[in-house]
Amino acid sequence: MPMGSGANPFPSSSPSRPRRPARWGNRIFAFLTGAGAVILVGIVLALFVFLYLGAKQSIDTFGFRFFTISIWNPFPYNVYGIVPFLAGTLITSSVALFVAVPLSLGAAIFLTQQAPRWMRGPVAQLIELLAAIPSIIYGFWALIVLVPIMRYDIEPKLYTYLGWTGLFSGTPIGLDVLTASLVLAVMVIPTITAISRDAMAAVPISQKEAALSLGATNWEVTRRSVIPYARTGIFAGIVLGLGRALGETMAVTLVIGNSNHVPKSLFSQGQTIASGIANQFLEASSPLELSALIEAGLVLLVIALAINVGARVILGRLQTGRGVGQE
Amino acid sequence: MDGSSIKMRVQDLSAYYGKSRAIEHIQLDIPERKVVAVMGPSGCGKSTLVRCLNRIHETAPKARVEGTVLLDGEDLYALDATLVRRRVGMVFQKPNPFATMSIYNNVSAAPRFGGHYSRDEMDRIVVRSLKQAALWDEVRERVDAPATSLSGGQQQRLCIARALAAQPEVLLMDEPCSALDPLATAKIEQLISELKQEYTVVIVTHNMQQAARVSDYSAFLYLGKLIEFGPTEEVFERPKDHLTEAYITGRFG
Repeated sequence: MPMGSGANPFPSSSPSRPRRPARWGNRIFAFLTGAGAVILVGIVLALFVFLYLGAKQSIDTFGFRFFTISIWNPFPYNVYGIVPFLAGTLITSSVALFVAVPLSLGAAIFLTQQAPRWMRGPVAQLIELLAAIPSIIYGFWALIVLVPIMRYDIEPKLYTYLGWTGLFSGTPIGLDVLTASLVLAVMVIPTITAISRDAMAAVPISQKEAALSLGATNWEVTRRSVIPYARTGIFAGIVLGLGRALGETMAVTLVIGNSNHVPKSLFSQGQTIASGIANQFLEASSPLELSALIEAGLVLLVIALAINVGARVILGRLQTGRGVGQE
Repeated sequence: MDGSSIKMRVQDLSAYYGKSRAIEHIQLDIPERKVVAVMGPSGCGKSTLVRCLNRIHETAPKARVEGTVLLDGEDLYALDATLVRRRVGMVFQKPNPFATMSIYNNVSAAPRFGGHYSRDEMDRIVVRSLKQAALWDEVRERVDAPATSLSGGQQQRLCIARALAAQPEVLLMDEPCSALDPLATAKIEQLISELKQEYTVVIVTHNMQQAARVSDYSAFLYLGKLIEFGPTEEVFERPKDHLTEAYITGRFG
């Protein structure tokens, strides 16, 4: 007690106070909720232990070279490096965000600032529904609809006009890194849109009127007042979208072309960590390949956690900068 | 009206939120470089009235205006709304500095909308505005600090500085002291009497002492109607309408 005084200022809370009858209920409730928390933490720890034990053979064999070996070769070498998968994951996720972020922010701005009021609620709900569509459905759609369009219409044009950039070289066959990235973009747009829409809708009217009263145009109100105020939420939306893109398996597996090589361009066939595991786990050629796949899973888990933690740190900073609680 | 010219003329002005009418058939002349107080009990439409004077009323959902407002003889509602709001600045009830911006960037916000100024010119505008708002001495050492680090009263003066940086002709103040303590209130009132050297000020208040202290003219609104308007002294000492008299003697409101 910081006050250091021995006298009890609240005599009514002395030990002689009668016990309340609900004590047992309280104990059981505390036990149940506590058990829930402990079990959850236990599961996460168990996950790490399981992945580490499964990956041990690969870790012992390759050590840090797992991150520098740029081939995944069961035959004839029985040598595995994560570089092809990692490259595929990072490229598809970045391209997906590159496409999805502007579209999502545009949609969120439209839905909160521009659209007629009767339209805002229903369209927002529709977009949130999109986030609930199972990924295999997106994969199906991509395979049947998107791949032919990419193959016959979009990719040949990209090749002709932007081939010189090196991004779009090679044979455009539709089943490639670019198509996988676009599917991912379609899948993360609802997430990013929904969360940044919520953030923009939560901007106090007083912040918008502040800009309006200074003669700001609609666009200036959005750019100078709404977006800065909502930046924390927008950022959170982008990170959640990135999380979904990194881990997405099914839709990517269907359209990325499944080649265990580092992509040379966006028209190359490739593999992400998730699609690589999904494709090869059941047909692993050796215990070492199985172990390497598990290590790849461990890497994916660490990346996902790191992004989450990093995002929380940045969010914390942004929030302090804003001086929450004083507005 | 003691020879001063009319800055804004409100003619048969009615304003609506959807179907409900907030003010009806208001007729009011706002003289140049004077302070006009708009008073009345809560919900009488005084905020709505000033919000029509810079056309911010119409940004609310389903809001609508009938009648005319003239600014220097020009129909406000025929001008571009963003230009109107540059000429007719506004300070709100609750201090609303841009929460993500520094003190400096708050004040420079209006010049940055649409305009382009060199760093030197911008510095001059910011310093002058902060001085006019009697805030400069308190923040000169920390203009890059977040605006939200200021106290409530300082934030409100920052909002005044921000409005002044747009170089308006008229300044609307919607109960600018209602969220402030008495000391901060006194500072703002002092400021208002200085501002009228250069600006026309319209201040909404439900505090009659404040209206009596700061204003040259007073308008009394009740249930959306203008009950009485005249020189403050007359309104307070010889109210023509029994409603006005009842209000200023504290019998309701």
